[in-house]
Amino acid sequence: MTGGATRALEQVGAFSILIARSARETVRRRPEGSVVLDQLYQLGVLSVGIATVTAMFTGMVLALQTSYSLAVYGAKFFVGDIVALSLVRELGPVLTSLMVGGRVGAGITAEIGTMNVTEQIDAIRAMAASPVRKLVVPKVIAIVIMLPVLVVLSDFVGILGGLLMAVTTLNQPAAFYMQHVIKAIHPEDILSGLGKTVVFALLIGFIACYKGLTATGGADGVGRATTETVVASSLSILISDFFLTKLFLAF
Amino acid sequence: METPFVRFEEVHKSFGAKKVLQGITFDIRRGETMVVLGGSGSGKSVLLRHIIGLHRPERGRVLVEGEDIVPYDEEELVPVRKKIGMLFQGGALFDSMDVADNVGYGLREHTTLSHEEIREAVRKKLALVELSGVEHLMPSELSGGMRKRVALARSIAMEPRGILYDEPTTGLDPVTAATINDLIRSMQERLQVTSVVVTHDINSALYVGDRIAFLFEGRMLFVGTVDEAKQSPEPALRQFLSGRVHRGA
Repeated sequence: MTGGATRALEQVGAFSILIARSARETVRRRPEGSVVLDQLYQLGVLSVGIATVTAMFTGMVLALQTSYSLAVYGAKFFVGDIVALSLVRELGPVLTSLMVGGRVGAGITAEIGTMNVTEQIDAIRAMAASPVRKLVVPKVIAIVIMLPVLVVLSDFVGILGGLLMAVTTLNQPAAFYMQHVIKAIHPEDILSGLGKTVVFALLIGFIACYKGLTATGGADGVGRATTETVVASSLSILISDFFLTKLFLAF
Repeated sequence: METPFVRFEEVHKSFGAKKVLQGITFDIRRGETMVVLGGSGSGKSVLLRHIIGLHRPERGRVLVEGEDIVPYDEEELVPVRKKIGMLFQGGALFDSMDVADNVGYGLREHTTLSHEEIREAVRKKLALVELSGVEHLMPSELSGGMRKRVALARSIAMEPRGILYDEPTTGLDPVTAATINDLIRSMQERLQVTSVVVTHDINSALYVGDRIAFLFEGRMLFVGTVDEAKQSPEPALRQFLSGRVHRGA
Protein backbone atom coordinates (compact mmCIF):
# COMPACT_ATOMS: atom_id res chain seq x y z
CA MET A 1 0.00 0.00 0.00
CA THR A 2 2.74 2.45 1.01
CA GLY A 3 4.77 1.38 -2.02
CA GLY A 4 1.80 1.99 -4.30
CA ALA A 5 1.14 5.39 -2.76
CA THR A 6 4.79 6.36 -3.12
CA ARG A 7 4.80 5.31 -6.78
CA ALA A 8 1.59 7.25 -7.44
CA LEU A 9 3.09 10.35 -5.81
CA GLU A 10 6.29 9.91 -7.84
CA GLN A 11 4.23 9.75 -11.03
CA VAL A 12 2.27 12.87 -10.13
CA GLY A 13 5.58 14.61 -9.41
CA ALA A 14 7.18 13.51 -12.69
CA PHE A 15 4.03 14.47 -14.62
CA SER A 16 4.04 17.93 -13.04
CA ILE A 17 7.73 18.36 -13.84
CA LEU A 18 7.00 17.50 -17.49
CA ILE A 19 4.30 20.19 -17.62
CA ALA A 20 6.56 22.76 -15.96
CA ARG A 21 9.46 21.94 -18.31
CA SER A 22 7.21 22.20 -21.35
CA ALA A 23 5.97 25.60 -20.21
CA ARG A 24 9.56 26.76 -19.65
CA GLU A 25 10.77 25.44 -23.02
CA THR A 26 7.87 27.10 -24.83
CA VAL A 27 8.72 30.47 -23.31
CA ARG A 28 12.51 30.14 -23.48
CA ARG A 29 12.89 29.25 -27.16
CA ARG A 30 10.33 29.70 -29.89
CA PRO A 31 8.86 26.32 -30.86
CA GLU A 32 9.94 25.12 -34.30
CA GLY A 33 7.28 26.34 -36.74
CA SER A 34 7.72 23.59 -39.32
CA VAL A 35 7.44 20.82 -36.72
CA VAL A 36 4.32 22.39 -35.19
CA LEU A 37 2.81 22.73 -38.68
CA ASP A 38 3.48 19.06 -39.39
CA GLN A 39 1.86 18.09 -36.09
CA LEU A 40 -1.18 20.30 -36.82
CA TYR A 41 -1.64 18.18 -39.93
CA GLN A 42 -0.85 14.80 -38.33
CA LEU A 43 -2.89 15.29 -35.16
CA GLY A 44 -5.56 17.67 -36.41
CA VAL A 45 -6.30 17.44 -40.11
CA LEU A 46 -6.02 13.65 -40.15
CA SER A 47 -8.57 13.48 -37.29
CA VAL A 48 -11.27 15.30 -39.30
CA GLY A 49 -12.75 12.03 -40.57
CA ILE A 50 -13.18 10.37 -37.19
CA ALA A 51 -14.54 13.60 -35.65
CA THR A 52 -17.05 14.10 -38.48
CA VAL A 53 -18.42 10.56 -38.40
CA THR A 54 -18.75 10.64 -34.61
CA ALA A 55 -20.57 13.97 -34.67
CA MET A 56 -22.88 13.11 -37.58
CA PHE A 57 -24.18 9.93 -35.95
CA THR A 58 -24.38 11.51 -32.50
CA GLY A 59 -26.52 14.31 -33.91
CA MET A 60 -28.78 11.86 -35.72
CA VAL A 61 -29.27 9.58 -32.71
CA LEU A 62 -29.83 12.56 -30.45
CA ALA A 63 -32.59 13.85 -32.73
CA LEU A 64 -34.28 10.46 -32.85
CA GLN A 65 -34.06 9.82 -29.11
CA THR A 66 -35.21 13.26 -28.03
CA SER A 67 -38.14 13.33 -30.46
CA TYR A 68 -39.18 9.91 -29.15
CA SER A 69 -38.95 11.01 -25.50
CA LEU A 70 -40.43 14.45 -26.07
CA ALA A 71 -43.36 13.13 -28.11
CA VAL A 72 -44.84 11.84 -24.84
CA TYR A 73 -45.03 15.44 -23.61
CA GLY A 74 -46.10 16.77 -26.99
CA ALA A 75 -42.90 18.79 -27.19
CA LYS A 76 -41.07 17.27 -30.12
CA PHE A 77 -40.80 20.69 -31.79
CA PHE A 78 -37.96 21.36 -29.36
CA VAL A 79 -35.71 18.75 -30.94
CA GLY A 80 -33.56 21.48 -32.49
CA ASP A 81 -33.03 23.19 -29.12
CA ILE A 82 -32.05 20.01 -27.34
CA VAL A 83 -29.79 18.66 -30.07
CA ALA A 84 -27.97 22.00 -30.36
CA LEU A 85 -27.51 22.61 -26.65
CA SER A 86 -26.44 19.06 -25.82
CA LEU A 87 -23.96 19.04 -28.65
CA VAL A 88 -22.43 22.46 -28.12
CA ARG A 89 -22.23 22.33 -24.33
CA GLU A 90 -21.45 18.69 -23.72
CA LEU A 91 -21.43 15.99 -26.36
CA GLY A 92 -19.41 17.85 -28.99
CA PRO A 93 -16.46 18.58 -26.70
CA VAL A 94 -16.55 15.29 -24.77
CA LEU A 95 -17.16 12.81 -27.58
CA THR A 96 -14.76 14.52 -29.97
CA SER A 97 -12.09 14.65 -27.28
CA LEU A 98 -12.62 10.98 -26.41
CA MET A 99 -12.41 9.85 -30.04
CA VAL A 100 -9.61 12.15 -31.14
CA GLY A 101 -7.87 11.62 -27.81
CA GLY A 102 -7.87 7.87 -28.41
CA ARG A 103 -6.46 8.24 -31.90
CA VAL A 104 -3.96 10.99 -31.20
CA GLY A 105 -2.97 9.91 -27.68
CA ALA A 106 -2.26 6.34 -28.72
CA GLY A 107 -0.24 7.56 -31.70
CA ILE A 108 1.87 9.93 -29.60
CA THR A 109 2.61 7.36 -26.89
CA ALA A 110 3.49 4.69 -29.46
CA GLU A 111 5.83 7.07 -31.30
CA ILE A 112 7.60 8.56 -28.26
CA GLY A 113 7.59 5.20 -26.45
CA THR A 114 9.27 3.46 -29.38
CA MET A 115 11.82 6.27 -29.57
CA ASN A 116 12.43 5.81 -25.86
CA VAL A 117 13.01 2.05 -25.90
CA THR A 118 15.28 2.32 -28.97
CA GLU A 119 17.40 4.99 -27.23
CA GLN A 120 16.36 7.72 -29.68
CA ILE A 121 15.25 9.94 -26.78
CA ASP A 122 18.67 9.45 -25.17
CA ALA A 123 20.26 10.24 -28.53
CA ILE A 124 18.43 13.59 -28.58
CA ARG A 125 19.72 14.30 -25.06
CA ALA A 126 23.22 13.10 -25.96
CA MET A 127 23.26 15.63 -28.80
CA ALA A 128 22.55 18.37 -26.24
CA ALA A 129 18.97 18.87 -27.46
CA SER A 130 15.83 18.71 -25.36
CA PRO A 131 13.29 15.93 -26.02
CA VAL A 132 10.67 18.11 -24.33
CA ARG A 133 11.28 20.96 -26.78
CA LYS A 134 11.68 18.72 -29.81
CA LEU A 135 8.77 16.33 -29.16
CA VAL A 136 6.43 17.31 -26.35
CA VAL A 137 5.99 21.04 -27.00
CA PRO A 138 5.05 20.83 -30.72
CA LYS A 139 2.58 18.00 -30.07
CA VAL A 140 0.85 19.70 -27.14
CA ILE A 141 0.64 23.02 -29.02
CA ALA A 142 -0.83 21.23 -32.05
CA ILE A 143 -3.53 19.48 -30.02
CA VAL A 144 -4.45 22.61 -28.08
CA ILE A 145 -4.96 24.43 -31.39
CA MET A 146 -6.65 21.64 -33.34
CA LEU A 147 -8.98 20.04 -30.80
CA PRO A 148 -11.16 23.18 -30.39
CA VAL A 149 -11.25 23.50 -34.19
CA LEU A 150 -12.41 19.89 -34.46
CA VAL A 151 -15.02 20.47 -31.75
CA VAL A 152 -16.49 23.45 -33.64
CA LEU A 153 -16.61 21.27 -36.75
CA SER A 154 -18.28 18.48 -34.77
CA ASP A 155 -20.88 20.88 -33.38
CA PHE A 156 -21.78 21.90 -36.93
CA VAL A 157 -21.85 18.38 -38.31
CA GLY A 158 -23.83 17.08 -35.32
CA ILE A 159 -26.46 19.79 -35.75
CA LEU A 160 -26.61 18.89 -39.45
CA GLY A 161 -27.11 15.23 -38.52
CA GLY A 162 -30.01 16.29 -36.30
CA LEU A 163 -31.40 18.36 -39.16
CA LEU A 164 -31.26 15.36 -41.45
CA MET A 165 -33.36 13.32 -39.03
CA ALA A 166 -35.72 16.23 -38.27
CA VAL A 167 -36.48 16.65 -41.95
CA THR A 168 -36.57 13.02 -43.06
CA THR A 169 -38.21 11.21 -40.15
CA LEU A 170 -39.86 13.87 -38.00
CA ASN A 171 -41.20 15.84 -40.98
CA GLN A 172 -40.02 19.17 -39.59
CA PRO A 173 -39.19 21.90 -42.09
CA ALA A 174 -35.43 22.60 -42.16
CA ALA A 175 -35.96 26.30 -41.47
CA PHE A 176 -38.06 25.52 -38.39
CA TYR A 177 -35.37 23.21 -36.95
CA MET A 178 -32.61 25.73 -37.65
CA GLN A 179 -34.59 28.58 -36.08
CA HIS A 180 -34.82 26.58 -32.88
CA VAL A 181 -31.12 25.76 -33.04
CA ILE A 182 -30.09 29.37 -33.49
CA LYS A 183 -32.43 30.63 -30.78
CA ALA A 184 -31.24 28.00 -28.29
CA ILE A 185 -27.50 28.55 -28.52
CA HIS A 186 -25.87 31.50 -26.78
CA PRO A 187 -22.23 32.51 -27.12
CA GLU A 188 -21.48 31.38 -23.56
CA ASP A 189 -22.62 27.84 -24.47
CA ILE A 190 -20.03 27.69 -27.24
CA LEU A 191 -17.36 29.28 -25.06
CA SER A 192 -17.90 26.87 -22.16
CA GLY A 193 -17.64 23.95 -24.62
CA LEU A 194 -14.42 25.30 -26.07
CA GLY A 195 -13.02 26.13 -22.63
CA LYS A 196 -13.44 22.50 -21.61
CA THR A 197 -11.87 21.36 -24.86
CA VAL A 198 -8.65 23.27 -24.19
CA VAL A 199 -8.33 21.50 -20.82
CA PHE A 200 -9.05 18.12 -22.48
CA ALA A 201 -6.42 18.85 -25.13
CA LEU A 202 -3.79 19.60 -22.48
CA LEU A 203 -4.70 16.40 -20.62
CA ILE A 204 -4.48 14.25 -23.78
CA GLY A 205 -1.19 15.81 -24.88
CA PHE A 206 0.64 15.63 -21.59
CA ILE A 207 -0.64 12.17 -20.61
CA ALA A 208 0.33 10.73 -24.01
CA CYS A 209 3.80 12.31 -23.98
CA TYR A 210 4.42 11.33 -20.35
CA LYS A 211 3.44 7.71 -20.96
CA GLY A 212 5.70 7.62 -24.02
CA LEU A 213 8.68 9.14 -22.23
CA THR A 214 8.34 6.68 -19.34
CA ALA A 215 7.71 3.54 -21.45
CA THR A 216 10.23 0.80 -20.76
CA GLY A 217 10.82 -2.79 -21.82
CA GLY A 218 10.55 -3.02 -25.60
CA ALA A 219 7.44 -3.58 -27.72
CA ASP A 220 5.55 -5.02 -24.77
CA GLY A 221 6.19 -1.92 -22.68
CA VAL A 222 5.20 0.42 -25.52
CA GLY A 223 1.96 -1.53 -26.01
CA ARG A 224 1.17 -1.29 -22.30
CA ALA A 225 1.96 2.44 -22.23
CA THR A 226 -0.29 3.03 -25.24
CA THR A 227 -3.21 1.25 -23.59
CA GLU A 228 -2.62 3.20 -20.38
CA THR A 229 -2.70 6.45 -22.33
CA VAL A 230 -6.09 5.70 -23.86
CA VAL A 231 -7.55 4.66 -20.50
CA ALA A 232 -6.02 7.53 -18.52
CA SER A 233 -6.86 10.24 -21.04
CA SER A 234 -10.46 8.99 -21.47
CA LEU A 235 -11.03 8.82 -17.72
CA SER A 236 -9.43 12.19 -17.12
CA ILE A 237 -11.65 13.74 -19.82
CA LEU A 238 -14.82 12.32 -18.26
CA ILE A 239 -13.85 13.19 -14.68
CA SER A 240 -12.58 16.69 -15.43
CA ASP A 241 -15.71 17.31 -17.53
CA PHE A 242 -17.84 17.00 -14.41
CA PHE A 243 -15.80 19.54 -12.48
CA LEU A 244 -15.47 21.89 -15.43
CA THR A 245 -19.23 21.76 -16.00
CA LYS A 246 -19.81 22.67 -12.35
CA LEU A 247 -17.25 25.47 -12.67
CA PHE A 248 -18.76 26.92 -15.85
CA LEU A 249 -22.32 26.68 -14.47
CA ALA A 250 -21.21 28.76 -11.49
CA PHE A 251 -20.53 31.73 -13.79
CA MET B 1 49.96 15.79 -13.92
CA GLU B 2 47.57 16.44 -16.79
CA THR B 3 43.85 16.53 -15.91
CA PRO B 4 42.26 13.30 -17.13
CA PHE B 5 39.53 13.58 -19.79
CA VAL B 6 37.12 11.77 -17.50
CA ARG B 7 37.53 10.82 -13.86
CA PHE B 8 35.16 8.59 -11.90
CA GLU B 9 35.40 8.96 -8.11
CA GLU B 10 33.60 6.42 -5.91
CA VAL B 11 30.58 6.29 -8.22
CA HIS B 12 27.56 4.35 -6.93
CA LYS B 13 24.43 3.75 -8.98
CA SER B 14 21.38 1.56 -8.31
CA PHE B 15 18.12 0.92 -10.10
CA GLY B 16 15.59 0.10 -7.41
CA ALA B 17 17.15 -2.57 -5.24
CA LYS B 18 19.71 -3.56 -7.88
CA LYS B 19 23.15 -2.09 -7.23
CA VAL B 20 24.69 -1.61 -10.67
CA LEU B 21 27.82 0.38 -9.88
CA GLN B 22 29.46 -0.05 -6.50
CA GLY B 23 32.18 2.51 -5.93
CA ILE B 24 33.82 2.92 -9.34
CA THR B 25 37.05 4.92 -9.39
CA PHE B 26 39.23 5.28 -12.49
CA ASP B 27 40.59 7.80 -14.99
CA ILE B 28 40.29 8.03 -18.75
CA ARG B 29 43.30 9.90 -20.06
CA ARG B 30 43.18 12.51 -22.77
CA GLY B 31 43.68 11.06 -26.26
CA GLU B 32 43.60 7.39 -25.30
CA THR B 33 41.18 4.65 -26.26
CA MET B 34 39.88 3.13 -23.05
CA VAL B 35 37.99 -0.10 -23.36
CA VAL B 36 35.54 -0.94 -20.60
CA LEU B 37 35.25 -4.69 -20.72
CA GLY B 38 32.66 -6.72 -18.88
CA GLY B 39 29.95 -9.34 -19.23
CA SER B 40 26.29 -8.67 -19.89
CA GLY B 41 24.68 -6.88 -16.96
CA SER B 42 28.02 -5.87 -15.46
CA GLY B 43 26.98 -2.21 -15.58
CA LYS B 44 29.34 -1.07 -18.32
CA SER B 45 26.73 0.72 -20.46
CA VAL B 46 25.39 2.45 -17.34
CA LEU B 47 28.94 3.55 -16.55
CA LEU B 48 29.36 5.00 -20.04
CA ARG B 49 26.11 6.92 -19.86
CA HIS B 50 27.30 8.71 -16.71
CA ILE B 51 29.97 10.52 -18.75
CA ILE B 52 27.41 12.73 -20.52
CA GLY B 53 24.90 12.87 -17.70
CA LEU B 54 22.33 10.43 -19.17
CA HIS B 55 22.47 8.79 -15.75
CA ARG B 56 23.19 10.46 -12.44
CA PRO B 57 24.96 8.59 -9.64
CA GLU B 58 23.58 8.40 -6.11
CA ARG B 59 27.03 8.95 -4.71
CA GLY B 60 30.41 9.92 -6.06
CA ARG B 61 31.69 12.36 -8.66
CA VAL B 62 32.08 12.23 -12.43
CA LEU B 63 34.59 14.81 -13.64
CA VAL B 64 34.78 15.70 -17.33
CA GLU B 65 37.93 17.72 -18.04
CA GLY B 66 38.04 18.60 -14.35
CA GLU B 67 34.38 19.68 -13.97
CA ASP B 68 32.09 17.66 -11.72
CA ILE B 69 29.00 17.18 -13.89
CA VAL B 70 26.90 15.30 -11.32
CA PRO B 71 25.03 18.37 -10.00
CA TYR B 72 24.43 19.74 -13.52
CA ASP B 73 20.88 19.99 -14.87
CA GLU B 74 20.02 19.31 -18.54
CA GLU B 75 20.77 22.92 -19.47
CA GLU B 76 24.19 22.94 -17.79
CA LEU B 77 25.04 19.62 -19.47
CA VAL B 78 24.73 21.15 -22.96
CA PRO B 79 28.41 22.18 -23.29
CA VAL B 80 29.53 18.77 -21.94
CA ARG B 81 27.35 16.91 -24.44
CA LYS B 82 28.50 19.11 -27.30
CA LYS B 83 32.11 18.10 -26.79
CA ILE B 84 31.42 14.36 -26.45
CA GLY B 85 29.70 12.27 -29.12
CA MET B 86 28.00 8.98 -28.38
CA LEU B 87 27.38 5.95 -30.56
CA PHE B 88 24.43 4.00 -29.16
CA GLN B 89 24.21 0.23 -29.23
CA GLY B 90 21.45 -0.01 -31.84
CA GLY B 91 22.55 3.19 -33.55
CA ALA B 92 19.48 5.05 -32.21
CA LEU B 93 18.99 6.77 -35.57
CA PHE B 94 15.83 8.84 -35.80
CA ASP B 95 13.38 6.69 -37.80
CA SER B 96 11.44 9.68 -39.06
CA MET B 97 14.48 11.35 -40.67
CA ASP B 98 16.70 10.38 -43.58
CA VAL B 99 20.45 9.81 -43.19
CA ALA B 100 21.35 13.41 -44.03
CA ASP B 101 18.97 14.84 -41.41
CA ASN B 102 20.21 12.34 -38.83
CA VAL B 103 23.88 13.20 -39.36
CA GLY B 104 23.18 16.95 -39.56
CA TYR B 105 20.94 16.98 -36.46
CA GLY B 106 23.48 18.45 -34.04
CA LEU B 107 24.66 21.02 -36.56
CA ARG B 108 21.13 22.24 -37.20
CA GLU B 109 20.48 22.37 -33.48
CA HIS B 110 23.63 24.15 -32.33
CA THR B 111 25.14 26.06 -35.24
CA THR B 112 24.02 28.78 -37.64
CA LEU B 113 25.43 26.97 -40.68
CA SER B 114 23.42 27.29 -43.89
CA HIS B 115 21.58 24.37 -45.47
CA GLU B 116 24.38 23.94 -48.04
CA GLU B 117 27.14 24.08 -45.43
CA ILE B 118 25.39 21.42 -43.36
CA ARG B 119 24.92 19.26 -46.45
CA GLU B 120 28.64 19.53 -47.20
CA ALA B 121 29.57 18.75 -43.57
CA VAL B 122 27.27 15.70 -43.65
CA ARG B 123 28.91 14.47 -46.86
CA LYS B 124 32.37 14.80 -45.29
CA LYS B 125 31.40 12.96 -42.11
CA LEU B 126 29.80 10.17 -44.13
CA ALA B 127 33.01 9.92 -46.19
CA LEU B 128 34.97 9.53 -42.94
CA VAL B 129 32.91 6.42 -42.15
CA GLU B 130 33.34 5.26 -45.75
CA LEU B 131 29.80 5.90 -46.93
CA SER B 132 28.63 7.95 -49.88
CA GLY B 133 25.38 8.51 -51.73
CA VAL B 134 23.26 7.31 -48.81
CA GLU B 135 22.06 10.76 -47.72
CA HIS B 136 18.47 10.24 -48.81
CA LEU B 137 17.99 6.73 -47.47
CA MET B 138 15.79 6.20 -44.42
CA PRO B 139 17.26 4.27 -41.43
CA SER B 140 14.91 1.35 -42.16
CA GLU B 141 16.61 0.92 -45.54
CA LEU B 142 20.09 0.47 -44.01
CA SER B 143 21.84 -2.75 -42.98
CA GLY B 144 23.06 -3.20 -39.39
CA GLY B 145 26.63 -2.22 -40.24
CA MET B 146 25.52 0.83 -42.23
CA ARG B 147 23.30 1.97 -39.38
CA LYS B 148 26.27 1.86 -37.02
CA ARG B 149 28.38 3.81 -39.47
CA VAL B 150 25.71 6.47 -40.02
CA ALA B 151 25.30 6.69 -36.24
CA LEU B 152 29.07 7.10 -35.93
CA ALA B 153 29.00 9.87 -38.56
CA ARG B 154 26.25 11.55 -36.53
CA SER B 155 28.24 11.32 -33.30
CA ILE B 156 31.32 12.96 -34.89
CA ALA B 157 29.34 15.64 -36.75
CA MET B 158 29.90 18.24 -34.04
CA GLU B 159 33.67 17.48 -34.03
CA PRO B 160 33.72 16.26 -30.45
CA ARG B 161 36.81 15.85 -28.31
CA GLY B 162 35.59 12.49 -27.07
CA ILE B 163 33.56 9.63 -28.53
CA LEU B 164 31.65 7.07 -26.47
CA TYR B 165 30.94 3.72 -28.09
CA ASP B 166 28.24 1.52 -26.54
CA GLU B 167 28.78 -2.06 -27.73
CA PRO B 168 29.87 -0.97 -31.23
CA THR B 169 30.26 -4.51 -32.63
CA THR B 170 27.32 -6.25 -30.94
CA GLY B 171 24.93 -7.89 -33.39
CA LEU B 172 27.26 -7.51 -36.38
CA ASP B 173 28.83 -10.29 -38.43
CA PRO B 174 32.60 -10.75 -37.91
CA VAL B 175 33.59 -8.95 -41.11
CA THR B 176 31.38 -5.92 -40.43
CA ALA B 177 32.55 -5.94 -36.80
CA ALA B 178 36.17 -5.80 -38.01
CA THR B 179 35.30 -2.82 -40.24
CA ILE B 180 33.78 -1.00 -37.28
CA ASN B 181 36.89 -1.76 -35.21
CA ASP B 182 39.03 -0.29 -37.99
CA LEU B 183 36.82 2.79 -38.02
CA ILE B 184 37.22 3.24 -34.27
CA ARG B 185 40.99 3.19 -34.71
CA SER B 186 40.92 5.48 -37.70
CA MET B 187 38.72 8.00 -35.82
CA GLN B 188 41.33 7.92 -33.08
CA GLU B 189 44.21 8.59 -35.46
CA ARG B 190 42.50 11.12 -37.72
CA LEU B 191 40.48 13.11 -35.19
CA GLN B 192 42.82 12.79 -32.15
CA VAL B 193 39.88 12.15 -29.86
CA THR B 194 39.56 10.38 -26.54
CA SER B 195 37.52 7.23 -27.03
CA VAL B 196 35.69 5.11 -24.52
CA VAL B 197 34.55 1.75 -25.87
CA VAL B 198 32.19 -0.42 -23.86
CA THR B 199 32.18 -4.01 -25.07
CA HIS B 200 32.12 -7.66 -24.16
CA ASP B 201 33.87 -8.51 -27.43
CA ILE B 202 37.42 -9.47 -26.40
CA ASN B 203 38.87 -9.34 -29.93
CA SER B 204 37.52 -5.85 -30.39
CA ALA B 205 38.85 -4.80 -26.96
CA LEU B 206 42.36 -6.06 -27.64
CA TYR B 207 42.40 -4.53 -31.13
CA VAL B 208 41.13 -1.00 -30.45
CA GLY B 209 42.15 -0.47 -26.83
CA ASP B 210 45.16 1.40 -25.44
CA ARG B 211 44.03 0.50 -21.95
CA ILE B 212 41.41 -1.83 -20.56
CA ALA B 213 39.15 -1.39 -17.54
CA PHE B 214 37.49 -4.61 -16.42
CA LEU B 215 34.11 -4.26 -14.77
CA PHE B 216 32.73 -7.20 -12.87
CA GLU B 217 29.49 -7.17 -10.89
CA GLY B 218 29.56 -3.40 -10.52
CA ARG B 219 33.18 -3.17 -9.38
CA MET B 220 36.29 -2.21 -11.30
CA LEU B 221 38.62 -5.19 -10.88
CA PHE B 222 41.39 -4.08 -13.21
CA VAL B 223 42.63 -1.00 -15.04
CA GLY B 224 45.77 -1.17 -17.17
CA THR B 225 47.28 -1.51 -20.62
CA VAL B 226 46.29 -4.29 -22.97
CA ASP B 227 49.59 -6.10 -22.25
CA GLU B 228 49.12 -5.76 -18.51
CA ALA B 229 45.58 -7.14 -18.91
CA LYS B 230 46.95 -10.22 -20.66
CA GLN B 231 49.42 -10.75 -17.78
CA SER B 232 46.97 -9.92 -14.99
CA PRO B 233 46.62 -12.51 -12.22
CA GLU B 234 43.04 -11.30 -11.52
CA PRO B 235 41.07 -14.56 -11.85
CA ALA B 236 37.80 -13.06 -13.16
CA LEU B 237 39.67 -11.14 -15.87
CA ARG B 238 41.77 -14.18 -16.83
CA GLN B 239 38.66 -16.25 -17.17
CA PHE B 240 36.89 -13.54 -19.16
CA LEU B 241 39.83 -13.17 -21.55
CA SER B 242 40.10 -16.92 -22.02
CA GLY B 243 36.34 -17.13 -22.61
CA ARG B 244 35.65 -19.53 -19.78
CA VAL B 245 32.75 -19.27 -17.37
CA HIS B 246 33.54 -17.59 -14.07
CA ARG B 247 32.24 -19.42 -11.06
CA GLY B 248 29.64 -17.37 -9.25
CA ALA B 249 29.04 -15.19 -12.29
